[in-house]
Amino acid sequence: MGAQFQHDHIVHFYHLHALDWVDVVNALKADPKKTAALSDNVSDAPWGGTVYFKQVAERLQTFVNSGQLGPFTNGYWGHPAYKLPPEANLMAAAHYIEALRLQAKTARMHAVFGAKNPHLQSLAIGGVTCVRDLTPDRIAEFKYLWQQTQDFIEKVYIPDLLAVASFYKDWGAIGGTSNFLAWGEFPQSDKEPESLLMPRGVIMKRNLKGVQMAKQQEVTEHVAHSWYKGDKARHPFKGETDPQHGDYNTKGKYSWFKAPRYDGEPCEVGPLARVLVAYAKGDKATQTVVNKTLADLGIPVTALFSTLGRTAARGLETVVIGQAMDGWVNELVVNLKNGNDKTYTPWKMRDGMGYGLNDVPRGSLGHWVQIEKGKIKNYQYVVPSTWNLCPRDEKGKMGPVEESLIGTPIADPKRPLEVLRTVHSFDPCIACGVHVIDPDSNQVYKIRVT
Amino acid sequence: MEKQKDFYQRLSESGVSRRDFMKFCTALTATMGLSAAWVPKVAEVFAAPKQRPPVVWLHFAECTGCSEAVLRTMYPWIDTLVLDIISLEYHETVMAAAGQQAEDTLHAAVKKYNGKFICVVEGAVATKYNGAYGKIGGRTFLEVANDVCKKAAATIAIGACATYGGIQKASPNPGGYKGVGDAIGIKTVNIAGCPPNPINFIGTVVNYLLLGKLPELDSYGRPLFAYGKTVHDQCPRRSHFENGEFVTEFGSKEAKMGYCLYEMGCKGPSTYNNCPTAKFNDGTSFPIEAGHPCIGCSEPDFWDKMSPFFESA
Repeated sequence: MGAQFQHDHIVHFYHLHALDWVDVVNALKADPKKTAALSDNVSDAPWGGTVYFKQVAERLQTFVNSGQLGPFTNGYWGHPAYKLPPEANLMAAAHYIEALRLQAKTARMHAVFGAKNPHLQSLAIGGVTCVRDLTPDRIAEFKYLWQQTQDFIEKVYIPDLLAVASFYKDWGAIGGTSNFLAWGEFPQSDKEPESLLMPRGVIMKRNLKGVQMAKQQEVTEHVAHSWYKGDKARHPFKGETDPQHGDYNTKGKYSWFKAPRYDGEPCEVGPLARVLVAYAKGDKATQTVVNKTLADLGIPVTALFSTLGRTAARGLETVVIGQAMDGWVNELVVNLKNGNDKTYTPWKMRDGMGYGLNDVPRGSLGHWVQIEKGKIKNYQYVVPSTWNLCPRDEKGKMGPVEESLIGTPIADPKRPLEVLRTVHSFDPCIACGVHVIDPDSNQVYKIRVT
Repeated sequence: MEKQKDFYQRLSESGVSRRDFMKFCTALTATMGLSAAWVPKVAEVFAAPKQRPPVVWLHFAECTGCSEAVLRTMYPWIDTLVLDIISLEYHETVMAAAGQQAEDTLHAAVKKYNGKFICVVEGAVATKYNGAYGKIGGRTFLEVANDVCKKAAATIAIGACATYGGIQKASPNPGGYKGVGDAIGIKTVNIAGCPPNPINFIGTVVNYLLLGKLPELDSYGRPLFAYGKTVHDQCPRRSHFENGEFVTEFGSKEAKMGYCLYEMGCKGPSTYNNCPTAKFNDGTSFPIEAGHPCIGCSEPDFWDKMSPFFESA
């Protein structure tokens, strides 16, 4: 799970989100010597120097000259909302490429004990199957990959994050939401939720002092605006998923997503929710990295409730989780030294009801199951993107992404780069549609965000 | 720069003559079910100097695990593949453009390279209710596939969903999902698996480009170089099977000894794939090495035909 967070967050920042802030075409105007100086100044990246950046620039130039821009075709290059100087753009573009290679190594951590990535295949109900991989050479292999990844996170990812953020401080007041839910993750002992590294909790109306323990019984899912039969909100144990497809009608039903609510309220889930809950509960590791970042950027705590805060929180929790992983591997070594290589607990299927609450990179994930006569009678899961990108509920309350977009300044409605920034900052696991209406002309622009 | 060298010069440096290349194009054309009149067009795709072969990658009903798998390639690295070898014209996950900009990119690429691009499809296609279960930009998957795949020089289906329908097609299949070949009636090269080893995808693509060889396919459209033998026949635990030494519980003494997983439900004997020899993530491991039975993910309809995964057939 730790490796999953490291991998997901690196790929999200560099490959799914960075191009909302970094103009790669503008990078061609950079002076490699100045870029090298900038890189030396802001980061401890293992790559650098004038020659290195000259080669990256030449590679990009050759690519652009070919006339085949591939994945960079038709981006919003040259948009006035891009604020980085050419040298920062070139540095970020170089690290985009380095991160592509690094992530393949990071993913190998999964393969060491999990056979392959993606889709690990060493998990079985009752434990794990990889008992033969609990060897010194496998552990050393894992630690080597972990070290390379953690070095990248601390020496490249976080410095890049800060460097980019310093040009976009205004985004500390754009793209925020009100309520935050984290089921929490990484139990440090058998006691759950007490021992969770990323704690469980819920924050309403941005009131950090009022952070509460989150309880699964407070969850409901609404279908008033979802393409499912019925219109009643239900707890997942009583949930039904009975499709009723119709036309796209925002006054009626218009989404395959249900609308999850906690105590009747929409909640943002994900890195920002986890970091806010940990911060509010006084977690020292989280408070240290958050306070340092706020001080470095010279922005207040309230700036966390924003697109900038969301993107920063993703990086910061990667540092905290990555650091904790070292200790977990050492615990495994101690267990093995003491002759404890237990990997599996035999079990028998029983009838009943149960739930599982976790936090995964994108956010809070809940599973609810009812088993009868040894078979699944009902299974409902409420996943992170459902929380964040839900349609409205029966009371017309907006979901987090919809709320976050209100008030976003848009320089050019035909090229709404600013909308992409906020939507992408949630790391959505969905292709979704956003309509932008110009209040002066009532012209409607349809945008699909992927 | 190497990429600017004339294509045939690059080919000959790789030990491939122009004649071999044309033979390859003929074979490729035949495999794709096209008439001989298409051969020059196919050749044109690869032969144009200074032009990287255009690839349009479509996403339908899927989890993007196959794209993620391809991102893990190390030979060549993914940045080399995308920046220097092919021209990835459209790929919803990694492309910078979004919304209308992205739609425009797709239409422009299909128009510009009509009949000349390679289409890679990830994901199954919903066919019931006129395909209402899956839409992109207002068009159903079915419409997009019919439009784009039929204009491609070749379509490569990657993963369990695009090849044979995957989990979407599993019973009771409410959306009427099918693999892309079945859904629109075309022949596809099928890189099977959930997800496939990227080596098998890259191997197919790079073989085209550098060695001038289209891999031979089996009756399910899978390249024989990767899917020619069963997992069982290549399994490092095979001798335990012959000796009747089986694991009957995970974490047990037998599991620690690395005994055969047949009794735990291993589908290696009826699954064609190169997992034991190629392994995943730069040769790090594969399911049986990690003590987990093979679930048969590279076979058609494995969700129905290979389950229960933890019970022997």
